[in-house]
Amino acid sequence: MRSGVNQSSRFNRWVLTVFGVSLVAVFLFSAAEVLAKPTVKFGVITTTKYPITTHQWWGAQMAAEEINAAGGVNIGGVSHDIDLIKAESNELASVTDAANAMEKLLTVDKVAAVTGGLRGEAVLAMMELMADHKKIFISSGSGSKETSEKVAENYDRYKYYFRNTYINTVYMGKIQFALLDITAAKVREVLGIKTPKVALLIEQAMWGNVQIEVAKKLLPEMGLEIVGVWRPSPHTTDVTAELTAIKSAGAHMIFTGMTGPGGPVVSGQWGQLQIPATLSGYNAFGSWEGTWKATGGMCAYEITYDAYAHDVAITPKTIPFMEKYIQKYGQKPLFVAGAYDALYIWKEAVERAGTIDADKVVAELEKTDYIATYGRVVFHPQGHQFPHDVIWGPGYMTTVGFQWRDGKQICVWPNGEALFPALSTDPGWKGLKYQGTQDVQLPPWMVEYWKSKK
Amino acid sequence: MIANILINGLITGGTFAILALGFSLVFGVAKILNLAHTAFYMIAAFFIYTTSVNLGLPLAFSAVLAVLFTGLLGMVCYKVLLDRVKKHETAVMIISLAVGMLFQELLLIIFSGAYRRVPPFIPGFTELLGVRVSYQHLLAIVVSGFILLGIWALMSKTRLGKAVRAVAEDYEIANVMGINVSWICTLTNGISAGLAGVAGAVVAPLYMVQPYMWMHPLIMVLAAVVLGGLGSAKGSVIAALILGFAETLVIFLVPGGSFLRGAISLCVMVVVLMLRPEGLFGVVFEEERL
Repeated sequence: MRSGVNQSSRFNRWVLTVFGVSLVAVFLFSAAEVLAKPTVKFGVITTTKYPITTHQWWGAQMAAEEINAAGGVNIGGVSHDIDLIKAESNELASVTDAANAMEKLLTVDKVAAVTGGLRGEAVLAMMELMADHKKIFISSGSGSKETSEKVAENYDRYKYYFRNTYINTVYMGKIQFALLDITAAKVREVLGIKTPKVALLIEQAMWGNVQIEVAKKLLPEMGLEIVGVWRPSPHTTDVTAELTAIKSAGAHMIFTGMTGPGGPVVSGQWGQLQIPATLSGYNAFGSWEGTWKATGGMCAYEITYDAYAHDVAITPKTIPFMEKYIQKYGQKPLFVAGAYDALYIWKEAVERAGTIDADKVVAELEKTDYIATYGRVVFHPQGHQFPHDVIWGPGYMTTVGFQWRDGKQICVWPNGEALFPALSTDPGWKGLKYQGTQDVQLPPWMVEYWKSKK
Repeated sequence: MIANILINGLITGGTFAILALGFSLVFGVAKILNLAHTAFYMIAAFFIYTTSVNLGLPLAFSAVLAVLFTGLLGMVCYKVLLDRVKKHETAVMIISLAVGMLFQELLLIIFSGAYRRVPPFIPGFTELLGVRVSYQHLLAIVVSGFILLGIWALMSKTRLGKAVRAVAEDYEIANVMGINVSWICTLTNGISAGLAGVAGAVVAPLYMVQPYMWMHPLIMVLAAVVLGGLGSAKGSVIAALILGFAETLVIFLVPGGSFLRGAISLCVMVVVLMLRPEGLFGVVFEEERL
């Protein structure tokens, strides 16, 4: 009897102890939950399978860390830390994968907003999901004009889309032609060729078709002669035949348009074979800092452009941002690192709106006038041909044309000269020249080749 | 233009030929359609990059090590993964493709998708008939010629070659005659992978080294081997040259369609196969199956 009583009381004590500990645990966890700083989820949709797109994640990551360290985003009077969610889009290989990644961000992760995207076809697919779920999407990579045109076509559905970088393909085309123009001027000056011959080497992609149509009209006006059009695959691994064909055609200049992985192949083989023609235009992968090493320095004298170039202070924020970025990630930022500014632009819009409600944030985003790391960001308004697109031009975002020399990206444009009238009549271009800008140099082998022909 | 087409066709075809030879060898002997063949070429390229650029070993030494490494890897992969299923063609194809993709993903994890460059054995270029050709391209053509001679010498002048030919003609009879068929097949796969390693050494400096570099050559190698006749090394070389010329013709005659170079050369293959299903130098399919 006595042992039975003892057992019973031991059991009761055990039960009470467990119950008490559980109550304390529940209380503590609840308190932690209540006391923990609230967070807001922000999605970054990108692919880290290629060296250039990794910068998109890095830029966003750096911004999120800075914002959180500075107190977070003030939403309706309450500070929130940004909880950055990465989604692997695999967009360069599969648009379907990109759409699925966006869907997961919006429906499973339930992010408040998204930045990212690179390939135009994939961003268009992402926009549909953005519109269906009414979430803010600040594109920080694709230049396809079709995305902004969608906003113009159906503003109410697609108004949640903004592009803070890169400039759209119409503006990109103007920059490419501007670079071609300054290179042609150098060809005329050094070699005395009145009407330089140009070969178009533009990848087979949606955006390239427009470029070629424009080139066919514009180049004759610029005093240039087109000797042929070559359209390699964006994923080409060998352009030897194309380059030797271009040389046979007697081209003095090659006008490039490569956004795919074939870009470094073009510049590497051009330098390897010392094709006696300048190489200027757009090479997305070529603007990556690692291209110099990847081509063994064969990309020397190639001219392309990016949002950033070594040691060029576009705004007061540019150099401090680049120095911190290089210290953290070991590389100079690429244009897609503008995801950094996308977060800050969104943050400021949310703080002005006092909410993450997409419709209210849209209204505030439309009022954006923000000094970013690559220029001043103001979006084209509703009613413009490209609504919600970043304005390109003097006093806004210009990008930087650079030439590879001795492992560095030397700024060669804007060079203080007015643009060819068909490209822009904005008088602001005259006199616009960033510190450190130098003249274009022709490849020495090209000068030697053509001078020997005289 | 004729000189351009001739020289560039030879260059393009020569680089396909190096890759096709090893593939043709293993199919001819072991009847294995090894879709991981060009993945060995990729591994050799990364091996050479790591040892010569990162570790600073002499380039030639790195290349020799790469060939030995890929040869050994080929033997191990065959013995462990393919030997037991070699009679089931579909299983072999799927497993070998999976192996290729596994190598790709492993390299992606280790090296990321960043592009790298293997330095050329012979930097610089020359002009042939007014056409600019890099020395490395010429080396690729010369090496493919030596490989073809080497394979011919191995097959016709050595005991090993006789054993390989016996196995290629008839597994069962060769087995009955005392030839270790499994070992011959393993060795042949090793030689084939080693040849892919040679291709990695010679061809990789011409392109960018990255984890997706094996996919495009695989399609062209399959096309060359099928067009040349499955199992015919001579046929593979000639077919590789035909495909190389087809691609080059597209680029020079229809420059705006140069992105279609691969597709058009494959169409050439289809047309030839419609006229001659066994390929240019292959035996008729029914006989092959018996």
